[in-house]
Amino acid sequence: MRDSGRPVYLGVDVGSVSTNLVLLDAVEPRPCIVWKAYLRTQGAPLTALKNGLELLHDAGAWEICGVGTTGSGRELAGVVLGADVVKNEITAHACAALAIDSGVSTILEIGGQDSKLIILRDGVVVDFAMNTVCAAGTGSFLDQQAFRLGVPIEDLGELALRSRNPVRIAGRCTVFAESDMVHKQQLGVDTADIVAGLCAAMVRNFLGSLAKGKELRPTVFFQGGVAANAGMRRAFEEALGQPVFVPEHYDVMGAVGIALLVREALGGKAVPTRFAGLERVLDSQVASQSYECTGCPNSCEICEVWRDGIFLASWGARCGRQGRTDQTS
Amino acid sequence: MKITFPHLGNLYIAAESLLKGLGHEPVTPPPTSRRTLELGSYHSPDEVCLPFKISLGNMLEGLAQGADGVLMIGGWGPCRLGYYAEIQRLILKAFGKQVEFITLEVPRGRWGEYLGRFRTLTASTDLRTFWQGARLSWVKLKAVEELELHAVSAQPREKNEGTVRPYLRRQLELLRTAQTVDEVQEICDAASRGFRELQAHDAVRPLRLGLVGEIYTVLEPFANLRLEERLGSLGVEVVRTISLVEWVRNHIFKKAVGLYSLAPLRRLAAGYLRGFIGGHGLESVARSVALARQNLDGIVHILPLSCMPEIVARAILPRISEDHGIPVLSLIVDEHTAEAGFQTRLEAFVDLVQRRVERFEGQRQARLSGS
Repeated sequence: MRDSGRPVYLGVDVGSVSTNLVLLDAVEPRPCIVWKAYLRTQGAPLTALKNGLELLHDAGAWEICGVGTTGSGRELAGVVLGADVVKNEITAHACAALAIDSGVSTILEIGGQDSKLIILRDGVVVDFAMNTVCAAGTGSFLDQQAFRLGVPIEDLGELALRSRNPVRIAGRCTVFAESDMVHKQQLGVDTADIVAGLCAAMVRNFLGSLAKGKELRPTVFFQGGVAANAGMRRAFEEALGQPVFVPEHYDVMGAVGIALLVREALGGKAVPTRFAGLERVLDSQVASQSYECTGCPNSCEICEVWRDGIFLASWGARCGRQGRTDQTS
Repeated sequence: MKITFPHLGNLYIAAESLLKGLGHEPVTPPPTSRRTLELGSYHSPDEVCLPFKISLGNMLEGLAQGADGVLMIGGWGPCRLGYYAEIQRLILKAFGKQVEFITLEVPRGRWGEYLGRFRTLTASTDLRTFWQGARLSWVKLKAVEELELHAVSAQPREKNEGTVRPYLRRQLELLRTAQTVDEVQEICDAASRGFRELQAHDAVRPLRLGLVGEIYTVLEPFANLRLEERLGSLGVEVVRTISLVEWVRNHIFKKAVGLYSLAPLRRLAAGYLRGFIGGHGLESVARSVALARQNLDGIVHILPLSCMPEIVARAILPRISEDHGIPVLSLIVDEHTAEAGFQTRLEAFVDLVQRRVERFEGQRQARLSGS
């Protein structure tokens, strides 16, 4: 049989800024996270994924009963791992929050490069909004401003909480926000007040662009990497006039959700996982390449994934063409 | 003249026949690609909407292939598209392109000017050739739409994944080269059987989502990131509310003789929107109400960034959604639309609709067994 370790489901969330992995206990009926990792993607999703799997390998003996991938790199990660379930991050985030509290009605999620608002009623997603075009109101922007203010990103939240008189910062656009902040700095305003003002501006931007016309009922969850920032949480609570809950695994909720979805899909059924195997993925060389196809005047941008010289999958062909004629086997 | 024209979905198939009938040589621009968009954006004002940029890119690529004339549609009313032809003409002129720019629009009183323009277009043909070309073009336009509708219904039911769309592309290629009306009919008949064979007979009822929005982004797959195909591969049957055949019938034939009336749309939109606001704004609202009444599972609304009529519609759709209990997804496209975010929204919306349908079905079953 397979390697006899603790039976678990693996959830992987490959986002633009972070790549997260969690292991969900396969036996325990209540959702039980036995291991998790939060890594920076740094523009190289395959490397981040491999690093994550190495950590997982070293963390103990596992019997992986199923794998799911989510996040903007879900297709790529799904092909490399041999995922059983590949799902979008909105469904995954909702699923994770519902597993913790079936009464959750609003999910605020702010990640590295996008932010989402998910509205649920009676345990079902009924509406959502997602911002991907504008960088204002995302983790990357906070990261940038923390760097500019010379404050480590981890300390930004605590600093905001110390503010007594938050200043008003324009939050509509990163460019305006930045020049506003420089201006306030030059006036000699306390850094804590600027950071608190920045949090309030981001919350205004989030609610103004995503929550327009939507009713944000309790229970409200706040998840994604930015939920680590206590200043953001307080700014949300003040703007909404109601408590905002940050779940324990707030930073890896997408991965938790997809692991739960794998359990839902495979659990109790005698379906074997399509997982390629930990050793196989770690010991092989996965390479991706992109090029402009010249097969017809459409000039599609094709992206291909290869493992040890074997073609795995490709994307982007509008004609539906898969693979090349010169593939080795 | 060698005449080029902007792409709009598969319109080129009918446009080629029409131009040939008019005694011109059609120069169909290469399929819209990233290069087209880059070219068009470079020469466009920054704030105009996506249709302007792509169509200008098409024209430039067509001219590069040797065309010396451009055919474009115009119009009047609050939608900016009506004025695009004129701005594009000026841009090409400033660019130093010596081209004949022919704008087709519904005349507004000034019949003389319109006929003059029409005469440049029909100068080099006899009535018989013109009639044959126009008829073939109209038949092809209808045939293209018929094939597309077959594909939309067949894709979510296909036996082997990824077979319907390539089949459609092959049939459209045949249609393009067809010379006679009979030939077109034969292709349609064969394709109708062909599409049936690609479908599984025991396929489950797919989710049905209505598609509304601005006509260009609804019909041009490059602009909408192949929305219909994406939804099809997620197992969704798309219900179209915009038809190019209907558009030509209403806006070219009927409007020219004053037979086109907005009254049916106004009646549908009653309580939400009082009348014409330009472009397809009124239509998006009216059709959404109609789709809700047909008990569809959801509505997908698509618009280019900064499109005024559709922004009005977008603000109204949440109320229709609430009143009729139908989920609505509004998608805005622009040159920078990231495919990953677009696909995520679609998948999440399909999940949302699927869970809703399952829940309703569950409640219905419970009611039936309870009583």
